Amino acid sequence: MKTEQQESVLDANMARRSFLRYAGVASVGLLTTAACHKDHKITPSSTGVDLGAKNDFAILNYAYALEQLEAAFYLQVAATPFSGITSAETKLLTDIRDHEVLHREFFKAALGAKAIPDLTPDFSSIDFSNRAKVLAAAKAFEDTGVTAYDGVGYLIESADYLLIAGKIVSVEARHAALISNMITPGSFAGPDVIDTTNSLNKSATIGEVLKIANGFLKTKVSAVNYGYIAS
Amino acid sequence: MNLFNIIEEIENVDPEVYGRLSPRRDVIKNITSFGSKVAVAALPFAVGTMFKKAYAADAAASTVIGVLNYALTLEYLESTFYNAGKDKGIALIPASAATNYFNQVTTDENNHVTFLTSVIKSLGGTPVSKPEIDLTAGNGSGDGPFKDVLTNYSTFLAVAQAFEDTGVRAYKGQAGFLLKNQVVLTAALSIHAVEARHASAIRQIRAQTPWITSTTSLGNDTGIALLNGNYDGEQNVTQGGVNVTSLKSATSSTTSVAVATAAFDEALSSEQVLALLSGSFLVKH
Repeated sequence: MKTEQQESVLDANMARRSFLRYAGVASVGLLTTAACHKDHKITPSSTGVDLGAKNDFAILNYAYALEQLEAAFYLQVAATPFSGITSAETKLLTDIRDHEVLHREFFKAALGAKAIPDLTPDFSSIDFSNRAKVLAAAKAFEDTGVTAYDGVGYLIESADYLLIAGKIVSVEARHAALISNMITPGSFAGPDVIDTTNSLNKSATIGEVLKIANGFLKTKVSAVNYGYIAS
Repeated sequence: MNLFNIIEEIENVDPEVYGRLSPRRDVIKNITSFGSKVAVAALPFAVGTMFKKAYAADAAASTVIGVLNYALTLEYLESTFYNAGKDKGIALIPASAATNYFNQVTTDENNHVTFLTSVIKSLGGTPVSKPEIDLTAGNGSGDGPFKDVLTNYSTFLAVAQAFEDTGVRAYKGQAGFLLKNQVVLTAALSIHAVEARHASAIRQIRAQTPWITSTTSLGNDTGIALLNGNYDGEQNVTQGGVNVTSLKSATSSTTSVAVATAAFDEALSSEQVLALLSGSFLVKH
């Protein structure tokens, strides 16, 4: 089976060629821009992308970046199942893969020419053969996804886009609760993700989320206009 | 009222609350300084005015308070339900399920009631009182279609699932009224996510998919026809003008209806939710 990582490699040339086409929309990381000016060569996509001007497209691209990462992760989980995986676990993790792939494809279709390029993941820190490691990573992706959508809701200008974000974030929360319970039964709304004084899910800023996401990306994502530059 | 609790709660969702209230944040943080200038009796009024000024630009205050009171009504329903279940003890809920699931859910729903009440007061509004509730959905008769809700665990679970899934839809339906309101929208979305976590967990107990998996013609996947209305609309596959079944999936050039409906939860308006609840779970005279 072809994995997402392999797919990304195959698509790498396409991504590089698309670079200039997208550059006018998504302002590109400073280093990349400097390199282009210097020698007029297109640098590899691994140097990074930026979410661009402060508007709804930046937020949608932010969501698209996170969904690309989640989809790539679960494609790999499905392609190389951890040892001892049960049929019930395979079914659930395959369902989640399908949801994340659809979220990715939805944002790609909805953003059209305004979409950021395909991101190349870096899962070298995850041992995909180990159940505990895979589920811990899955929990991190899902919990981060929920805090990310909740944290940017107020930045969205369009009620239509806000509604779509709302339709997706509750599904991410459903995933998050399932994965938590797979790790420790009864941990679906634990104190690591919920403020115990008022039972609100935690939320996070763009910078906080991208810092975590970039740990799993070769293509670093910045949001200069929201105060975050990938290091 | 405890000003600090309220400000601290709001600070959880709006780290800039002090800055909004006063550019001199220390004045607000230091209650002795603030208190010395305002008679204690006038404090609640002063606080209400302070918050109204601080957030007036975000949305009409009456709209925001209306949304919060609607949310409070739903949280009262949920908290009443889980507290009644908890009171029944192991006669209703197996000990392991109480430990692993229902103690947490009960605490969360009670916290949501307290939180929403505080926020409504802090915005200068009046929280609605607890509605008259019939957990059997019998409009006060105690003899509704779920009449064994507090004696039959499977009925209890079914109603719990319906409340959580419907709660998720209800919060989602209010987001647009809170557009760009950093404090209240973020809080609402944060409760929304917790309701979705609950829904997922309860669906797992019921051996359902943790997400709502609809067919082309039926949103309801609970197997309980009485709940068709609560799930109607979940069968939608068009998002932002895109029929998402036409998009590629991991293994095909298209996406199944099951995946397309499960990947997106759908909203309900307050009118739709109240039509489902009023005259059944919420007593209408």
